[in-house]
Amino acid sequence: MNALPTNNNLADTLLKIASWASGIFIVLFFGYLLFDITVNGFSRIDFSFFYESPVNAGRQGGIAPMLISTLLILILCLCISLPIGIASAIYLAEYTNEKQWFSRFIRRCLNIISGVPSIVMGLFGYAFFVIALKLGFSLLSGALTLAAMVLPLLIRSIEDSLRAIPQSYRLNAHALGLSQWRMIFQILLPMASQGILLAVILSIGRAMAETAALLYTSGYVMRTPDSIMDSGRSLSVHIFDLSMNVPGGEPSAYASALTLIVLLLIINTITAYISRIIKNRSIK
Amino acid sequence: MFPLNKDKILLIVLRIMAGISVLSLLFILFYLVKEALPILQSISSHRFFTDESWHPTSGSYLLLPMIIGSILIMLGAMIVSAPLGILTAILSQFYAPPWFTKPLNRTVEILSGIPSVIYGFLGIVTIVPLLAEFQAPGTSVLAGVIVLSFIVLPNIVLISNNALSQIEQVHIHNAMSLGLSRYAIIRHVILPQAKPGLFTGIVLQSGRAIGETLAVLMVCGNVVQIPGSIFEPVRTLTSNIALEMAYAMNDHRSALFLSGLMLMVVVLVVILIAEKFSPQANIQ
Repeated sequence: MNALPTNNNLADTLLKIASWASGIFIVLFFGYLLFDITVNGFSRIDFSFFYESPVNAGRQGGIAPMLISTLLILILCLCISLPIGIASAIYLAEYTNEKQWFSRFIRRCLNIISGVPSIVMGLFGYAFFVIALKLGFSLLSGALTLAAMVLPLLIRSIEDSLRAIPQSYRLNAHALGLSQWRMIFQILLPMASQGILLAVILSIGRAMAETAALLYTSGYVMRTPDSIMDSGRSLSVHIFDLSMNVPGGEPSAYASALTLIVLLLIINTITAYISRIIKNRSIK
Repeated sequence: MFPLNKDKILLIVLRIMAGISVLSLLFILFYLVKEALPILQSISSHRFFTDESWHPTSGSYLLLPMIIGSILIMLGAMIVSAPLGILTAILSQFYAPPWFTKPLNRTVEILSGIPSVIYGFLGIVTIVPLLAEFQAPGTSVLAGVIVLSFIVLPNIVLISNNALSQIEQVHIHNAMSLGLSRYAIIRHVILPQAKPGLFTGIVLQSGRAIGETLAVLMVCGNVVQIPGSIFEPVRTLTSNIALEMAYAMNDHRSALFLSGLMLMVVVLVVILIAEKFSPQANIQ
């Protein structure tokens, strides 16, 4: 990125070799991961895999119920966490500075929440949402637990993108007599939209990757959920179950893993595309 | 009375939304403590370190092997992944040509979004059999370290990339105009400036590593013992919760919540360290 001078010496060459080695290692590992899962997953997948229910603990049949559960959990999770995330980020970035105790306190709480291990989050979700709020093992319990987990990530990355906007925009907006309301919604949020979308990508990725927190909140049941109050097994929990508890479940686990990775790639690509469109619009 | 204007309503709403994060942390702590209290009241706390074994159904509660297991695997994974991650970020920022930077960053982004169960599953089908050829049973401390390294590596690259790219260009330009070599600039101008960001990121990732549950559970063998070598199976605190929560009752259940609380304390300590050593953590 930076065009640094290229005068070579021994230390420079060593650093260059070491950094190339680790970079190539990562790319090769990614290549292996994709290759292994694609080859082994593809031999198990046919079209019916996506609309059939699992048979024989998942050894045969498809993954339709898990796809539906995963999607519902993600949608619910974002519906809960995104409004809170954007609002908190605006508050932290636009109304507070780091010297105020309330904003420091919030930041500290967010730091701690983001460090809470997912299984501990699962324990909390179980004790609070499942038992105390009597939501039972349900998609909603799972989504609420996930929402609490992704909140710090959402808030921090949205706040970062708000703070990255040059102060001159705010000064200009004030000088033109814009209200705080209009400045936030017509200048700052559109300018931060790329950052917000990035935050959403990261959150979806984190939420889809989450397994431990869902085991004891949204549960383990393999059938299609009737409502958000019904228990449902996410795709990631399905992969876990197939590879740990179902002897001979490997082919199906590969196929499910391939599905999950492809889903993540699709989400990643679409969001990158949308964010580019929005960025172009905000410049005009 | 003047009616509240839009800006005032906005501020109130934002403030309430920002408070939700604080509230959720309080709830997490409250429920962990509430559920962990029964065991702390019924037995004295030194027994978690001095009991003969972990047989919670017959009243012995030795948590020590699990605590050691968790720490071992976390340390191992950080030792492997922190240097690799920082080197890769240096490659991406300073050494790689543009045609390589883009696919590299994209690879890392995608890898960081891949669910940890998939890493765990790959560990079961590739790393464990490979290790078993050298030394049975394959499910071991080493397998856990390898899988966990792959899980945290992309995150460390992302964090390091971020820390390195936020260096003030002025400093780099100054260094260049002084005729410093590329290595000298990276070593003496960029890294010292990026250090707080790098350090905070790595410390926080180690908090995440100790909380990783299912991937570690899948490849570690889960025998409750203090491992004699890296080829022996081990059980972590997190795996223990995930494995036993389904059937745990009364004091046993409470002991699992206590292990959750212990992990929570570890996270608090990790964050305190991050904040103490990094001036940035107080600001951000």
